[in-house]
Amino acid sequence: MTAEEPLLQATNLHTWFELRQWGFLRVGSVRAVDGVDFELGRGESVAFVGESGCGKSSLARTLLGLHNPSHGDVIFEGQHLSELKGEARRQYLARVGYVQQDPFGALPPFMDVRRLLSEPLIIHGVKDRDERERRICQALQEVRLTQVDEILPKFPHMLSGGQQQRVVIARALLLEPAMLIADEPVSMLDASVRVEILNLLRRIQTERGLTLAFITHDLSTVRHYADRIFVMYAGRVVEQAPVEQLLDNPQHPYTRALLAAIADVDADNALDERDVPDGEPPSLLHPPEGCRFHPRCPQAMAGLCDRQDPPLFEPEAGHYSACWLQDPERD
Amino acid sequence: MTDARERLLQVRNLQLHYRTRRGTARAVDGVDLDVGRNEALVVLGESGSGKSSLAKALMRLLPRNVARYSGQVMLGGDELMGMDDERFRSGVQWNRIAMVMQAAMNALNPVVRVGEQVAEPLRVHRGWSKAAAMERVVETFAIVGVSRDFVTRYPFELSGGMRQRVVLAMALITEPELVILDEPTSALDVLTQASIMNVLKRIKREQGTSFILITHDVATSSELADRVALMYAGQVVEQSDARDFFHHPAHPYSKLLMDSVPRLHQSEPPGYIPGEPPDLIDPPAGCRFADRCPSRFGRCSEDPPAFELNGERRVRCWLHEEGTDHDG
Ligand SMILES: Nc1ncnc2c1ncn2[C@@H]1O[C@H](COP(=O)(O)OP(=O)(O)OP(=O)(O)O)[C@@H](O)[C@H]1O
Ligand SMILES: Nc1ncnc2c1ncn2[C@@H]1O[C@H](COP(=O)(O)OP(=O)(O)OP(=O)(O)O)[C@@H](O)[C@H]1O
Ligand code: SF4
Ligand SMILES: [Mg+2]
Ligand SMILES: [Mg+2]
Repeated sequence: MTAEEPLLQATNLHTWFELRQWGFLRVGSVRAVDGVDFELGRGESVAFVGESGCGKSSLARTLLGLHNPSHGDVIFEGQHLSELKGEARRQYLARVGYVQQDPFGALPPFMDVRRLLSEPLIIHGVKDRDERERRICQALQEVRLTQVDEILPKFPHMLSGGQQQRVVIARALLLEPAMLIADEPVSMLDASVRVEILNLLRRIQTERGLTLAFITHDLSTVRHYADRIFVMYAGRVVEQAPVEQLLDNPQHPYTRALLAAIADVDADNALDERDVPDGEPPSLLHPPEGCRFHPRCPQAMAGLCDRQDPPLFEPEAGHYSACWLQDPERD
Repeated sequence: MTDARERLLQVRNLQLHYRTRRGTARAVDGVDLDVGRNEALVVLGESGSGKSSLAKALMRLLPRNVARYSGQVMLGGDELMGMDDERFRSGVQWNRIAMVMQAAMNALNPVVRVGEQVAEPLRVHRGWSKAAAMERVVETFAIVGVSRDFVTRYPFELSGGMRQRVVLAMALITEPELVILDEPTSALDVLTQASIMNVLKRIKREQGTSFILITHDVATSSELADRVALMYAGQVVEQSDARDFFHHPAHPYSKLLMDSVPRLHQSEPPGYIPGEPPDLIDPPAGCRFADRCPSRFGRCSEDPPAFELNGERRVRCWLHEEGTDHDG
């Protein structure tokens, strides 16, 4: 990353959800995001990777200001999100485009494409009809829905999954954001369409110089679409590195397990069982003490990993891993 | 299928069409398949290509709007399509062929303990006593990697991976010759997927079961496949040995599909297939892939039959017509 001011910073970010029984009895907190720090540079593409329930969507919604952090803050272009109120907050939402998880639920079924793309412009005060039409057409062109006149009167159910996702992306681009957050933008789509949508996001990101943060659980696609990777486990970022370093020299045992579980397609894959750590990710209500991965970790060191939370170590420049194995002081 | 393997299932010209308001949807339209004993055939295909319909046709789990259901299905020497419903239900369905339906893990009955649900095929179809059935449940749980304590749990107390193992146990409990798995891992995480695939590999090795694994994911398919059948718009366009399919795909669609598979350590980005599959109502007259096919030529406006290639390979593409040499 360059020395210039980052576009976005997350500092000691925590998003906890209070869990209540019968609607009022406080049972505890789901620590969906539990102490996350990072900086995103301008024009950078990053991927957050992790298993279901590790807090990826909660982190995305916290960055968008849709959840208030329980501790810590999000700083965008030098401004603390917690201090933005009213109109300023609305302006922030125009600066950050959001492609939410589940494209099929993302589009209101009763609106045609023209109407659902007009809505955000109207809300953000674009009063002139022609101006709206111009911006809608431009956004549709940009997502390669070039038959604009055919698309505009259609309702979501008349579009294929890939077309729906393009409309969702067009909607996220309408307000000329500085950053785009895309939550599992292709996981619901067919393989043949996935690559097309990811290429599209990457192209828009480079052409517009956007910061793109996308969430995925599929490490096999990240190489071509992200500059940096954040691996999340149980509410934490456990490893972060430029994509090549992460894939070619993974440090954290959890990242290594993820990479060992996926192999490039080969007929021999059917012959051998894969090494998979036992068990499942911990409850976020009562995460284990020490390293959160220790109950499943093949390299856990008794007396250390089950007691003390590993901080982020930096085994090589720009490459961070929260694992005691990378502690330079370890003997 | 390698010659040494005994044939278990042979499907010829299977058709399953649906009546819809817009016309007849030809979801399964002339499918041929072969599965050997202790073999895993993977049925690959994108969404809507007819994979689940094919599975339902084999299991005879048909919706009410069937317009056509025909063809030949031979299971270990018995012709199934001619069998009346009653005999099929008592002798074949869930007994000799069992199935894990797409999204089955979310369809478990929320108010019944999972052990009882898994025991159901034995209790209902075979009239086993509760005690005997529960004993078998515990054994089957061991095979799929579920601890016996889970027998008395309710579905909501189980993680997705555990529920998937439970529905797998339900399919295995009658010790069927053939198990059809419809997208058994697609809703699961990478690590959970890998451990479910490990379970399937172990069952195949230790129990000698045959599988039809349905998936849209090429990487998943390579974790079990001996053979691959690729579906496109209701038809099987290529059926090959897994090694041939993954490393030397023959049909133009297979080639493009293999190019679109992301590879962890590959420096060029994966490719993609522009365009969309045709409507199953009134599909185009010629090759159904023609308008997306980079190798299309004059002949492709006629419907290609499945051409037999070396190595028990069948490819539905004019490039492979005998005597033509278009390979490349
Ligand atoms: N609004 C909420 N209230 C209470 N708990 C929540 C809320 N949103 C998320 N959670 C919980 O927080 C944890 C993290 O959820 P989150 O959706 O962020 O995970 P994720 O990594 O996006 O998972 P997936 O890959 O399944 O989308 C889960 O245990 C979830 O149940
Ligand atoms: N009962 C039905 N009536 C009418 N059309 C149906 C019915 N069931 C499926 N179809 C249609 O038949 C086609 C094939 O559907 P099918 O579910 O077999 O595909 P699939 O390959 O399993 O797809 P997916 O990967 O999404 O599960 C689709 O166009 C589908 O809409
Ligand atoms: S800190 Fe210990 S338990 Fe955690 S990943 Fe590293 S070695 Fe494993
Ligand atoms: Mg999510
Ligand atoms: Mg299906």
